[in-house]
Amino acid sequence: MTESIEKVSIIVSKGSLEGVYPALIMANGARAEGIEANLFFTFFGLDAVNKRRYEDVKVATVGNPGLHLSTLVGGLPGVSAVLTRVLEKKMDRLDIPPIPEFLQMIADTGAGLYGCKASCDLFDLTKDDLIDQVKDIITVGEFYELAAGGQIIFT
Amino acid sequence: MPSATYAGRQVTVNDEGFFEHPDEWTEAMAPEIATSAGIGQLGEDHWRVIKFMRAQYEQTGAGPTVRLLGRSSGVSVKELYELFPKGPAKLAAKIAGIPKPRGCI
Repeated sequence: MTESIEKVSIIVSKGSLEGVYPALIMANGARAEGIEANLFFTFFGLDAVNKRRYEDVKVATVGNPGLHLSTLVGGLPGVSAVLTRVLEKKMDRLDIPPIPEFLQMIADTGAGLYGCKASCDLFDLTKDDLIDQVKDIITVGEFYELAAGGQIIFT
Repeated sequence: MPSATYAGRQVTVNDEGFFEHPDEWTEAMAPEIATSAGIGQLGEDHWRVIKFMRAQYEQTGAGPTVRLLGRSSGVSVKELYELFPKGPAKLAAKIAGIPKPRGCI
């Protein structure tokens, strides 16, 4: 058999819907293949595990050339919310779970969810501010210890 | 195409060991497939999942995702990973003699 991946550690640094989903899909997909997986939420990626925000992660409609929408239109109030709703409906039809359910599912697969200490300090967040599925707030050094021997993916 | 022998009968499998012809599968083969996939004794919950996989495949032509398994098979996602640590949907599909699931979720 060819060389296989045994462990992945995925860093989530963005707080937009399109920033969060790929990391969740990759972590969940890794576990489905029997690969060990860790998720490390840093900077605005912390929104995905912040109790006050994780149910309200939106598509970036400004500064997102992939949408082919003029910045002026993308910046109008409500545009991001409407586009997010459209995408969420489509994802629901494709059996892609909403972020809160997806995080619970990923935690249930045995993957580890962690918050970044420096970012939590920066945004005045403690473990109580993060969803219960987050195992711990860890330093970058501890992250590297966890990631040792595996692949690191930055999103 | 490689072949394997389970419960005394030769069956065609693909390179990863999934059945090429799910109708060649019988329940008597499951314990031997499980052993070759690194799963020990099949318990009641393993069987619940295997039978659910089979039923889904017969209804829809494809094996269920882990999400659907967790919702509908009566075994939670957490328990699924305890039963099949190297990937529930993939391993249960192999043991149930159905094709490898191709979904991303």
